[in-house]
Amino acid sequence: MYTTELDKSRPVDLQTGEPKDLVDAFEARVAADEFIEPKDWMPEAYRKTLIRQISQHAHSEIIGMYPEGNWITRAPSLQRKAILLAKVQDEGGHGLYLYCAAETLGASRDEMVDALHSGKAKYSTIFNYPTLTWADIGAIGWLVDGAAIMNQVPLQRTSYGPYARAMVRVCKEESFHQRQGYSIMLALAEGTDAQRRMAQDALNRWWWPSLMMFGPPDDASPNTERSMRWRIKRETNDELRQKFVDATVPQAELLGLSIPDPDLTWNETRGAYDFGDIDWSEFYAVVKGEGMCAKERITARKKAWDDGAWVREAADAYEAKKQARNVA
Amino acid sequence: MRQDPIMQSALRLGDDALILGQRLSEWCGHAPTIEVDLSLANLGLDLIGQAMHFLGLAGDIEGQGRDADTLAFFRTDLDFTNCLLVEQPNGDFAQTMTRQWLYSTYQQLLFEAMAGVEDARFAEVADKALKEVRYHAELSADWVIRLGDGTDVSHQKMVDALGWLWRFVPELFQMDELDSLAVEAGVGVDKAALRPAYDAAINAVFEEAKLTRPDDQRTLTGGRHGHHSEHLGHLLATMQHIPRSHPDARW
Ligand SMILES: [Fe+2]
Ligand SMILES: [Fe+2]
Repeated sequence: MYTTELDKSRPVDLQTGEPKDLVDAFEARVAADEFIEPKDWMPEAYRKTLIRQISQHAHSEIIGMYPEGNWITRAPSLQRKAILLAKVQDEGGHGLYLYCAAETLGASRDEMVDALHSGKAKYSTIFNYPTLTWADIGAIGWLVDGAAIMNQVPLQRTSYGPYARAMVRVCKEESFHQRQGYSIMLALAEGTDAQRRMAQDALNRWWWPSLMMFGPPDDASPNTERSMRWRIKRETNDELRQKFVDATVPQAELLGLSIPDPDLTWNETRGAYDFGDIDWSEFYAVVKGEGMCAKERITARKKAWDDGAWVREAADAYEAKKQARNVA
Repeated sequence: MRQDPIMQSALRLGDDALILGQRLSEWCGHAPTIEVDLSLANLGLDLIGQAMHFLGLAGDIEGQGRDADTLAFFRTDLDFTNCLLVEQPNGDFAQTMTRQWLYSTYQQLLFEAMAGVEDARFAEVADKALKEVRYHAELSADWVIRLGDGTDVSHQKMVDALGWLWRFVPELFQMDELDSLAVEAGVGVDKAALRPAYDAAINAVFEEAKLTRPDDQRTLTGGRHGHHSEHLGHLLATMQHIPRSHPDARW
């Protein structure tokens, strides 16, 4: 839409063909930590990268409803049931805020949903792991929401205004999720032998996948530099991962649970924990759709959508009739 | 064993809310749109909250040390006193919304009357829950209208849903000896007296939804006395199995 008005003498960015003055002004605003708003000019690559990042985030919130939703009907107390139902509902709400943020960039909700259902769009691989016991609900809140907070808090200052504002709302709720997860773990850790066993087992299974949530190591993450410059990423994967480990290890100690990593040690000189190597082959396998529940998650989502088609059609038909009546 | 009508009244109210809340929570992640998913979760949350109040109250009145969780997770089918309507499976969205509408419309009238009973423990909970219940009744009536007057497919699904669920409506208004004692004790409401107002509310929605009120059917009852459909046993098995596997645990 901009290229048509291009004046032939106007200098362009050699890689993208976009007007150089606009690109420079954009880069300067972003570097000055100003918010970019939907009607502002932005490079096409920025728009595309953001759509991909935000819609992937939205899909993760929606698919993330399943592993926890698996335990709502079986939650062991009424209080826990209510909190879990509210939490999963929050995640759906996060998905909606994020779809709206992506829509401001020109992506349509239908396109995004189609991309998820067809497997073209990705979501966080963590949700392809199964929730085997009630303790998994504690571990997810504590670790997975905990890792999500680490990832999302910096995004409250991301350069794209609608995304940053969505993140402010999301982060408020995520910290509540993290606390409720920890509270489940605490009750289990202080509980019977069977409960402690459940808690330790859940930590064993969720620890490494949680570390993988920060994405590949920095040296294998080619777009990091550009994303950092555009302020759509504000800290690197490895920095965030380290922060998470440093925050979480003392919490595990408080629970009396052990982190399943024999190489984990406090490094006095770094003032941080050293930890063992992550099995990236597992990460890439799960990304490719080889996780235990990869198929179930997407099948459940598609089924909900397909089974609901007649409801959406009925609602549309009713709305149309109502409008027609109002006109008449 | 003679049952305390005050405790039993609280139990019936709590069981209705609990079972319907549990049913609604089964929808989570499976609704026709994310927006609907969130609204079904809202309804479920309200009902689970009501269940916690009423079952807690039932336990307090009984005074045997049973709390809301003990009553929810450690009673068997024969002890559950919910009406048969709320335990009916979710089925499709038309069935879920029909069930909700038939129940919430009743619950709204019940709570409006109960907000005026002498016993503050009942009157206050009813009064507090009224705002929620009115919203449930309105939301489900809106869906009944939308589906009834939507497409041919949605209309037919509504007809099918009503065709089954209508037979559970009379149980809602049945008064047994325990209910009469509860009225005398200042905790209960004459439910039979709510029927005309219920019919008026229901008929208005039928008309707007372009649905025909079903003919009266052979009524199925028994829920208030612990005789349920086969569905309840499965619902309880799912809901109760973790606490029952760990009877000494706290969560
Ligand atoms: Fe979330
Ligand atoms: Fe969360």
